[in-house]
Amino acid sequence: MKIVLNGEPREVCAEILSDLLVECGFSGRVATAVNEGFVPAGLRIAHKLADGDRVEVVAPMQGG
Amino acid sequence: MKSFYGTQLSNPLMLGTAQYPSPAILEQAFRDSGAGVATVSLRRESGAGQTFWQMICELGVLILPNTAGCHTVKEAVTTAHMAREVFDTKWIKLELIGHTDSLQPDVFQLVEAARILTEDGFHVFPYTTDDLIVGERLLAAGCEVLMPWGAPIGSGRGLNNEYALRAMRAEFPDVPLVVDAGIGLPSHAAQAMELGYDAVLLNTAVARAGDPAAMARAMMLAIEAGQLADLVDPIEARDMAEPSTPVIGKAFLS
Repeated sequence: MKIVLNGEPREVCAEILSDLLVECGFSGRVATAVNEGFVPAGLRIAHKLADGDRVEVVAPMQGG
Repeated sequence: MKSFYGTQLSNPLMLGTAQYPSPAILEQAFRDSGAGVATVSLRRESGAGQTFWQMICELGVLILPNTAGCHTVKEAVTTAHMAREVFDTKWIKLELIGHTDSLQPDVFQLVEAARILTEDGFHVFPYTTDDLIVGERLLAAGCEVLMPWGAPIGSGRGLNNEYALRAMRAEFPDVPLVVDAGIGLPSHAAQAMELGYDAVLLNTAVARAGDPAAMARAMMLAIEAGQLADLVDPIEARDMAEPSTPVIGKAFLS
């Protein structure tokens, strides 16, 4: 399936958001959004991905 | 000192975590200043996020995530939800940028986002202008803190409109007020506290200084001085001189 992950086009096997995080090596404190909508951590396991989905995975960063 | 959504700050310096020469210097700046709050953000995970998170936890300060760079209500609200989950806090420094050059807040969208987030249970710290009516609208939307700008973010210009900030303090005597952005020098921070502000939020002035840790300490000393001065009833300025040394009893020598 083709998705866009953090702005980059990717070909992935995962069909569920939680599987995608594992497949792409994300761990620790991250938050997710799919197609500009927040997906809480507890709902990732039930969130099915579709071709062309835009997935954002963000983490703590320096800020002012 | 006023509480921020029921929380007392250990001291009135809120310090940003961006732009430091190294993580070690960032850490030193927090230790040397004793800043009570660290502002942080969320960005696409590239591997550095978890190390940064670990370091922030070790600072032992309160964490205030921001929505920096957001230009729409939807973007800011989504970012706030992500921040609440990642940082495990209801606090959100709500930034809704309206102008690319000045980074001036879009106060119309700000009020709307503040209302939505307050209804969702967030404790909103709105980065706003010094406009009194906007301040009223933010309070009506549920905000219990206001954070007017001193000057544009990163400009180091100090308090561009002291009159407006003074008016804001007078208009909202019971609301915790924070001067957020524009501070360049310790004297600016002291001035904000002398006006009766409850805290100062700054980043660039410390992080970009030649010695950030020493500047952080200087900011803290200035904030303490300004805060103390405000509490002890400073004199009014006057136009003419008034001798401080007694005139009576001066020896007749001419």
